[in-house]
Amino acid sequence: MNGMKLTLDIWRQKNTSDPGRFVRYQVTANEHMSFLEMLDVLNQDLIMKGEEPVAFDSDCREGICGMCGFLINGSPHGPVHGATVCQLHMRHFKDGDALTLEPWRAKAFPILKDLVVDRSAFDRIIQAGGYISTRTGSAAEANSILVPKEAADRAMEAAACIGCAACVAACPNASAALFTAAKVTHLGLLPQGQPERYDRVLGMVEQSGVEGFGHCTLMGECEAVCPAHVPLEVIPRMNKDFFKASFTKRR
Amino acid sequence: MTLNSRIPLGPLEKKWTERKDHMKLVNPSNKRKHTVIVVGTGLAGGAAAASLGELGYNVLNFCFQDSPRRAHSIAAQGGINAAKNYQNDGDSVYRLFYDTIKGGDFRAREANVYRLAEVSVNIIDQCAAQGVPFGREYGGALANRSFGGAQVSRTFYARGQTGQQLLLGAYQALERQVASGQVKMFARHEMLDLVLIDNRARGIVTRNLETGAIQSFVGDAVVLATGGYGNVFYLSTNAKGSNCSAIWRAHRRGAFFANPCYTQIHPTCIPKSGDYQSKLTLMSESLRNDGRVWVPKKKGETRPPDQIPEDERDYYLERVYPSYGNLAPRDVASRQAKYRCDEGLGVGPGGLGVYLDLTDSIKRLGKAVIAERYGNLFEMYERITGEDPYTVPMRIYPAVHYAMGGLWVDYDLMSNLPGLFVGGEANFSDHGANRLGASALMQGLGDGYFILPLTVGDYIASGGIAKADTNHAAFKDTEREAKQRLDTLIGVKGNRSPDSYWKELGTILWEDCGMARSKESLERALSKIPSLREEYWKKVKVLGVGEDFNQELEKANRVADFLEFGELLCIDALHRNESCGGHFRNEYQTPDGEAQRNDAEYAYVAAWEWKGEKQKQELHKEPLVFENIELATRSYK
Repeated sequence: MNGMKLTLDIWRQKNTSDPGRFVRYQVTANEHMSFLEMLDVLNQDLIMKGEEPVAFDSDCREGICGMCGFLINGSPHGPVHGATVCQLHMRHFKDGDALTLEPWRAKAFPILKDLVVDRSAFDRIIQAGGYISTRTGSAAEANSILVPKEAADRAMEAAACIGCAACVAACPNASAALFTAAKVTHLGLLPQGQPERYDRVLGMVEQSGVEGFGHCTLMGECEAVCPAHVPLEVIPRMNKDFFKASFTKRR
Repeated sequence: MTLNSRIPLGPLEKKWTERKDHMKLVNPSNKRKHTVIVVGTGLAGGAAAASLGELGYNVLNFCFQDSPRRAHSIAAQGGINAAKNYQNDGDSVYRLFYDTIKGGDFRAREANVYRLAEVSVNIIDQCAAQGVPFGREYGGALANRSFGGAQVSRTFYARGQTGQQLLLGAYQALERQVASGQVKMFARHEMLDLVLIDNRARGIVTRNLETGAIQSFVGDAVVLATGGYGNVFYLSTNAKGSNCSAIWRAHRRGAFFANPCYTQIHPTCIPKSGDYQSKLTLMSESLRNDGRVWVPKKKGETRPPDQIPEDERDYYLERVYPSYGNLAPRDVASRQAKYRCDEGLGVGPGGLGVYLDLTDSIKRLGKAVIAERYGNLFEMYERITGEDPYTVPMRIYPAVHYAMGGLWVDYDLMSNLPGLFVGGEANFSDHGANRLGASALMQGLGDGYFILPLTVGDYIASGGIAKADTNHAAFKDTEREAKQRLDTLIGVKGNRSPDSYWKELGTILWEDCGMARSKESLERALSKIPSLREEYWKKVKVLGVGEDFNQELEKANRVADFLEFGELLCIDALHRNESCGGHFRNEYQTPDGEAQRNDAEYAYVAAWEWKGEKQKQELHKEPLVFENIELATRSYK
């Protein structure tokens, strides 16, 4: 197993008001490392040299918490479909590769430092209706509401969203449609989600606009980069609910 | 002082009802006059914060991640147990209770575990109502799978992402409360210390991880739901940010730390591949439903697995434990894997691996069925190893996974410090010396939805909590100490990174206090850790400043606590002269290598009291009284 030498152009930005710039680094990796472990190696080098390490978010490092993510050569989470950067392994790169690393770029996600952005806008979209209102203790016996297997499976497909925001980063309009529609679809497909179905879609879509996310034109870039394989079909489904709600709901 | 577990009197099955019937209540219109601080947003913290908010309390909720939805509960894969008996296979609250006590090797409190089994059925109802997309049968009813340590199918699941879906359910309930203003959420805030006034827990000091600002928050009660301490081993299945700082700081303020030596080593993880490795990845125990674990019978076997004939394979779990087979509990399965590798029969690089083989099930059920059950796990395995588990058996090896120990709590989940409640993995309460699969999610949600919201209310209603604000000297002093500590870390300006110390500590603990421990190994670890800690404070290198987004400082602060906690872990392991569950002492084993308990001398909870820097911690014992279950040698044969 030979070391692979890589040239990295990494976005360095001290804080939200700093204009930021690319800085070039050299690093030696091996094929079994994850992309983040390669950055760990770079950071250990930088610390020893007395240079500030590159800030990036990560937590579970198994692709489920959604905390990590940045652009590698313009592509959210890099070149492998279905993998977050923590699950992207260096065997997909080769000696001599030059890689450019940038944080998610979207008006709604201010850059906090280097590759770290503020994604609290996603939490606020959920606050605008991405739940089923059920008080603890008020639930009926679980099997008293039957859910057709197909509905449960499709709901699960949408619910698999990890909230990483790669969809926004990939979208030319920085739209949060895939994220928003994934929750609208997950809850809208289940009988438990019906009472609030139309209020939910109005609230969440409106909040998405307030946050500064763009409109969706169904380019499909989001689906192509989604590490959780959330299907594009959730968006037309959300749009249908949204139109129906817009004409029928009194707000 | 004596430990009072405050277990209600009366028959086991009436205790929780009895307790609830006599709790003091806060009048609905008075609840808004009380503030509860909840640290952590996982299953226990998120569920507690949401439920307390629904009740009308003001809740301040904290997490160090960028959003409450990132809490490490999200990574749980296989499922959640509940005594629903939907399968008509003879399950009951009693049986779940019994399995959990036995699975914990008779080192948990009967009353707590029985209550957990009781509320398990409510948890499933609650989560289904929230829209958690559980696996379903074709008729629309909820589906179940089997898990280790049980002979009934009682595990509910959402593909291999059960933790994610349950956490998102709690997160959505939480965000509903945030929207209503009942819960104030503080993401990217790390708790630095606990504040006591009149010996009651009254608040916390936090660091805003975006700005570095240090700030105090006051409340009537504090709930810690900050997870386990598995990362003290550096390599574990825990998230990188998981740490023991919140519970350790509380311990230093007087909260007793119970059974730290009960650490769970999970049998089915992807083996380590190199020194740069930052974490280990779990492959769900549910795979053992359809997978068979084996090693070659011949040492130094070089043939690829598919060319090793059946009669040259040792399906050792099926051989040693004919009745539970591949579904033997985690501690038992891990130890057997270790024995095989110690015997030189391990597979893969360094001989540190065994096969987990689904070939037979793929033949029997077809690839599509297996893909539906485990597709995402197989994908993850392939992403990490570059091998396709549909054609090549997976290689697995045990790894640190879960902490059964934690802060000592009474029946109400309150620590020995009045007003300090502890939920989920952060407490010691329900799993004894070993946790069964799919029981962590059950405990986290049981604590968060159904226990803490009531017991915290009872504490507040009992009165005696004086008015206080963050100008109180206790807050100012604690803020100053917290800032001083961070300044000291930055001021060392040494030549080794926090990571390098963390790895060294982890190696010591894995080798000397890991899957098997001995007096000799523990004494060795105890001679190394204090000097490593001393060196840390002289040579650690932390760049940047405190008043900034500074991930190295966050890490350095957590590693400093691991260096203190790791010592207590070994002290506890050394004092417990028996083997039980996840705590295996080489000196105490049966002739066939099983854990040998010593009930006469060690059927107690070991609760350690901090006595000050460089002072020996004092051991307090809470005897475990078994009124309903007969202590027996745990057998899965």
